[in-house]
Amino acid sequence: MLYLQLFWTYLKIGTFTIGGGYVMLSMIEREIVDRKGWIDREEFMNMIALAQAAPGLIAVNSAIFIGWRIGGWRGVIATVLGAVLPSFLIILAIAMVFQSYKDLPAVEAVFKGIRPAVVALIAAPLCRMAASAKITWATAIIPIAGALLIWLGGLSPVWIIFVTVVVTLLYTYIVEKRNKKV
Amino acid sequence: MIYLQLFLSFLKIGLFGFGGGLAIFSLIQHEVEQYGWMTQEEFVDILAISQVTPGPIGINCATYVGYTTTGNIWGSLLATTAIVIPSLVIMLSICKVYFVISSRFQRNIYFTRTMHMLRLSVLGLIGAAALLLMKPVGQPSVSFIDGSSWIIFAVTCLLTIAPMFIKKSANPLKSALNILSHPILLIIMAGVAGYFIYS
Repeated sequence: MLYLQLFWTYLKIGTFTIGGGYVMLSMIEREIVDRKGWIDREEFMNMIALAQAAPGLIAVNSAIFIGWRIGGWRGVIATVLGAVLPSFLIILAIAMVFQSYKDLPAVEAVFKGIRPAVVALIAAPLCRMAASAKITWATAIIPIAGALLIWLGGLSPVWIIFVTVVVTLLYTYIVEKRNKKV
Repeated sequence: MIYLQLFLSFLKIGLFGFGGGLAIFSLIQHEVEQYGWMTQEEFVDILAISQVTPGPIGINCATYVGYTTTGNIWGSLLATTAIVIPSLVIMLSICKVYFVISSRFQRNIYFTRTMHMLRLSVLGLIGAAALLLMKPVGQPSVSFIDGSSWIIFAVTCLLTIAPMFIKKSANPLKSALNILSHPILLIIMAGVAGYFIYS
């Protein structure tokens, strides 16, 4: 039963990968390419590029692609449910329980320790991400300006994304047009 | 109407969320702040919990925010569905034309330029998320309450980036650091430290 297999594979991926989309990708590769052989490695690389290029969660985007490629509409339903359901149920259970425990002094103390660590876990990966985005002193203006506008200016991050896409497309269009004339 | 707010906000987050969980976190942060859905403490705690539980961080956040703002399962279901809808629409459209464009899109200059610039702006989004947690404008930080907070922050930062500085992958120190720099372990260690410092 193909749909059940799709659902089961993604349920496994959704249950056993901690740390978000990028961690899930390596497990998806092992399950979908190496074990099941549903798609080959080249198509997998294309899929990653697409899943990152499209908006939304990378893990969900990849689930949609594989589901569609292997099983059409029903495949998509199977993979997306499989990818989302474990998180949904686990977080729901935690949210229900956490409400009644969060005011205990011991729990509060633990979270006082965790909060600065969480900020570090957001800030520290920036070094690696900046390196892989091939950042230079000149292009560093973009993230720095964006961060300041959101932080001090209270601008919505949506605007930063929107302006980035529109300006880049317009600029590329103008440059391409000029190149053709010459 | 909280349900409509939730739905529209997470629809927007799904539509403009590029670059993975941490970048999406910045979008969620903005919505939460704008509508005053929860306290800053609650919000940081959600991120901590999202990082130590399985699954995509965006789904974890959506489910949690949906539950805490409405107090029931329907809020969770609504927020989680809303964040997935834009993906469904856009990815399915891409999949339908995928066999026409195959891998050519990766050499298209419009595509490569936009992706490159988006990766840069996403860095700004993540930086802003960290700065807003460190020092929110016009109010005290809940994440940094005393000197110990800064020590925990510095140690976590150091352990996270340490593996970057060891080039040789066969180095046993590198494998040790790789294990130590795992977010789950770091959060657990910070929790233990918090327990001994603050209780």
